[in-house]
Amino acid sequence: MADGPVAESLLRRLEAGDGGLDSAELAAELGVEHQAVVGAVKSLQALGEIIEAELRSTKHWELTAEGQEIDREGSHEARVFHSVPPAGLPQSELMRLPSSKVGFSKAMSNKWIRVDKNAADGPRVFRAVDSVEDEVQRRLQLVRSGQAEKLGEKERSELKKRKLLTEVTLKTYWVSKGSAFSTSISKQEAELTPEMISNGSWRDRPFKSYNFSARGILPDSGHLHPLLKVRTQFRQIFLEMGFTEMPTDNFIESSFWNFDALFQPQQHPARDQHDTFFLKDPAEALQLPMDYVHRVKRIHSHGGYGSQGYKYNWKLEEARKNLLRTHTTAASARALYRLAQKKPFTPAKYFSIDRVFRNETLDATHLAEFHQIEGVVADHGLTLGHLMGVLREFFTKLGITQLRFKPAYNPYTEPSMEVFSYHQGLKKWVEVGNSGVFRPEMLLPMGLPENVSVIAWGLSLERPTMIKYNINNIRELVGHKVNLQMVYDSPLCRLDVEQGSPQTQETT
Amino acid sequence: MPTVSVKRDLLFQALGRTYTDEEFDELCFEFGLELDEITSEKEIISKEQGNEKAEGASDVILYKIDVPANRYDLLCLEGLVRGLQVFKERIKAPVYKRVMPNGEIQKLIITEETAKIRPYAVAAVLRNIKFTKDRYDSFIELQEKLHQNICRKRALVAIGTHDLDTLSGPFTYTAKRPSDIKFKPLNKTKEYTACELMNMYKTDNHLKQYLHIIENKPLYPVIYDSNGVVLSMPPIINGNHSKITINTRNVFIECTGTDFTKAKIVLDIIVTMFSEYCENQFTVEAAEVVFPNGKSHTFPELAYRKEMVRAELINKKVGIRETPENIAKLLTRMFLKSEVIGDGNQIEIEIPPTRADVIHACDIVEDAAIAYGYNNIQMALPKTYTIANQFPLNKLTELLRHDMAAAGFTESLTFALCSQEDIADKLGLDISATNAVHISNPKTAEFQVARTTLLPGILKTIAANRKMPLPLKLFEISDIVVKDSSRDVGARNYRHLCAVYYNKNPGFEIIHGLLDRIMQLLDVPPGEKKRGYMIKASEGPAFFPGRCAEVFARGQSIGKLGVLHPDVITKFELNMPCSALEINIEPFL
Repeated sequence: MADGPVAESLLRRLEAGDGGLDSAELAAELGVEHQAVVGAVKSLQALGEIIEAELRSTKHWELTAEGQEIDREGSHEARVFHSVPPAGLPQSELMRLPSSKVGFSKAMSNKWIRVDKNAADGPRVFRAVDSVEDEVQRRLQLVRSGQAEKLGEKERSELKKRKLLTEVTLKTYWVSKGSAFSTSISKQEAELTPEMISNGSWRDRPFKSYNFSARGILPDSGHLHPLLKVRTQFRQIFLEMGFTEMPTDNFIESSFWNFDALFQPQQHPARDQHDTFFLKDPAEALQLPMDYVHRVKRIHSHGGYGSQGYKYNWKLEEARKNLLRTHTTAASARALYRLAQKKPFTPAKYFSIDRVFRNETLDATHLAEFHQIEGVVADHGLTLGHLMGVLREFFTKLGITQLRFKPAYNPYTEPSMEVFSYHQGLKKWVEVGNSGVFRPEMLLPMGLPENVSVIAWGLSLERPTMIKYNINNIRELVGHKVNLQMVYDSPLCRLDVEQGSPQTQETT
Repeated sequence: MPTVSVKRDLLFQALGRTYTDEEFDELCFEFGLELDEITSEKEIISKEQGNEKAEGASDVILYKIDVPANRYDLLCLEGLVRGLQVFKERIKAPVYKRVMPNGEIQKLIITEETAKIRPYAVAAVLRNIKFTKDRYDSFIELQEKLHQNICRKRALVAIGTHDLDTLSGPFTYTAKRPSDIKFKPLNKTKEYTACELMNMYKTDNHLKQYLHIIENKPLYPVIYDSNGVVLSMPPIINGNHSKITINTRNVFIECTGTDFTKAKIVLDIIVTMFSEYCENQFTVEAAEVVFPNGKSHTFPELAYRKEMVRAELINKKVGIRETPENIAKLLTRMFLKSEVIGDGNQIEIEIPPTRADVIHACDIVEDAAIAYGYNNIQMALPKTYTIANQFPLNKLTELLRHDMAAAGFTESLTFALCSQEDIADKLGLDISATNAVHISNPKTAEFQVARTTLLPGILKTIAANRKMPLPLKLFEISDIVVKDSSRDVGARNYRHLCAVYYNKNPGFEIIHGLLDRIMQLLDVPPGEKKRGYMIKASEGPAFFPGRCAEVFARGQSIGKLGVLHPDVITKFELNMPCSALEINIEPFL
């Protein structure tokens, strides 16, 4: 059973004849719209190799609505001529006829009629010749009967200019038998149904083919935030390397833990109102470990433990000032202090990833808060070479293998080194982290043994994420102005796998 | 990090050779500097003010070099060149000497009035100095760099340099009422009182930043010579009378301040850097400072200090195996003249007055490592054996956020700082009811308080994403902060979970279902039992009346859920019904 009567007739004619047939001709023969034949051709095509259809376009001339009228009733000028009786007609009366507007001037220029302007009852129209040949009607009749080619190019274009003819492009199919030609085709099934499975009819049914180039429908789902996906990976890397996570769930910190404990002097620019958010309420820390505070005071103002100190008047009020922590190193200081209280000393590897706050000028890459990643190793006899070795392993896990180290200055590490990696995209070395060995002036007042060294490094979470996910404005990533579509669309975070982003170019 | 701008050709001339940009960049990297930018005055002006203004400006190539914040000895061309030449072993580090004058020593007498405002002063003389245009510019620029860095914008130390030949000692450093101070300030032709000056400089782009240091004090510091000529009114302005020019031969330098140690360092840096141009190179003429207690001291100190470090310590800290002799050589290249003494393992290191940054053996270790070359050090893995643990709160958070996403909610990441309005007015609360911590110095209203709830951040996220197809289902698991007097700092974080459903219908059942799912995940059964959870009708200004419930779990209230009040919805610039849940997850640890 074919798809419909048109498709069936088409198949029967193809079977009967040899060669093929034209879709427009078939439509004329069947007395149906051409579009109906085209539909049948398309549905047969979708079944596979039943038929072959070749698209052809032909041009032919057709009469416009006005052309059809002239074909039936004669040209406007002829109609004007025939309206004028031999005795003539007042021009005013003639002009009331529908054809007169166009026909009058044409008939005048053909010299078929004349006007007597001096007649008694106003201008009067008379025939100028006895009979006329309506050439326009004759030409249009030729076109209507499909003999447009008998007209000259010039004649056709004149009629076209008068909007009596139009040229029409007709798209038709030249249809012939396909390699799997058959007149007995059945309707294709769209989908497999439970009934077909239970009654086995799927064995005998043809199925419509799928369009595999179309896109599927994305599942309704929740999504994780890209920055936090990267955070998860960094946590994973630290855990793989045997680092224990430090508690960092205290955004509010005293200046003591944030600065003084780190041997950062009280006049240090970072302690300026312009760089740090201080608190109005609660303005001051309520408790400080006073024994330890005294040791810190001494090292700042007088030195000790082999240090000259900074030799200034260290003030407790300054240390009590509360602030929003400017680095997670404040949490590392607390963790190391706790470690120092455990006797005997046991080696430790610590990490943290959490928010820090800076009262900075904001721009496309700087916000007042960002996430800091920090790693710390405390053990006997650690060297700068160890720091570099740990950094190499850490960055290798991020897919960054080309590293070099630059001397740098940090108030609480000495030696200090900035970590650079070669960026293939930018063709230069870019800073990817900062690191160093904590100063004895920080560690010894805590009570850590003298031969214990603590190496540490830090980097921001935002920067590698922006590189990874190709984000230029940090506000699109962090904060409420986030682009949720970006969150929905962001791929998995696989730091060590090439994904064609600038970050992974570094890995090659 | 301070940036020093030097003329490239002048730098190369002083270094005695030229470099390609890449070679010089490499040298900087190795030494711990950073060639930040290659530019010219013309380029700078054209970038900042447009091409027209740059017309006619100098196109001499400038190197902008980032210098570590503790290396005051590298803040000018003279110091940079000396440092690099010694590093490359092209010259030996000069020895800076303090000498007594042939005639009478210059005296600066401090009166006791200074005690309350700016108690310290030190002084020195550069005798028979020869300036050129470039040297003079560098001298002025160094003072500016010192003022901006170690001097903390003149608050700790302020420098005044004077043409000694226009003055006559002894000098007096005192403090007077502003109305009693009257002099012709630098580059002015008229005399002004200190009050008039302070007023005048309020509109001076350069000087206005320093006014606050003395502005509200009853007495202002001032230095006079024996004829009553004003040398300076520190830390604001010098007098015009003793202004130095390119032709000045004898320079009197005074540093006043509130930090004695830093004043001495600043003086040492200036004189060590520029004594290079004195007739007797690297010698500085002493000056005597008499303190209010009658004791007198001679400056500059130019102290050389000896440190003793075992070679083994340096090898062990860096992770290298060098002979003591080699280590002494490495340190000498870093301006720390060193030699092996004693049993052959001890290294004696001389810390020059230019290296105030060296305060501990670890600073010496770093210099040895830099000279050795960081990138030549053999990398090794520490043998530290440890078992890793996650922080329990973060472990729970990680598990929960994955299952929140699996439940169809999308994670947001909002700011911990916000305006008072966000956590109070917009939620129908008074700010005093929030128990929030307040920031004292926010630059904008966005940073007035730390958030006490995650809800405003999520609602703002929705407001910024109104073009996205509905429904919007968002969550966040993160910290909020409240005051808590039981904590050492008087405040603490709580880990909250917040979720919001935003659609054409309020969807309370969806948020309620999410709570049920969270409890299922946390293995908390429904019911009033001790280990169970339940919700009870409640109210809150943020919620629509009758559409709010309090969540109880494990015997305590942990938060609320409900349909948001239309006022809250409108205040966050939203227009659809909305339901929300916010709970503390710490009881589930």
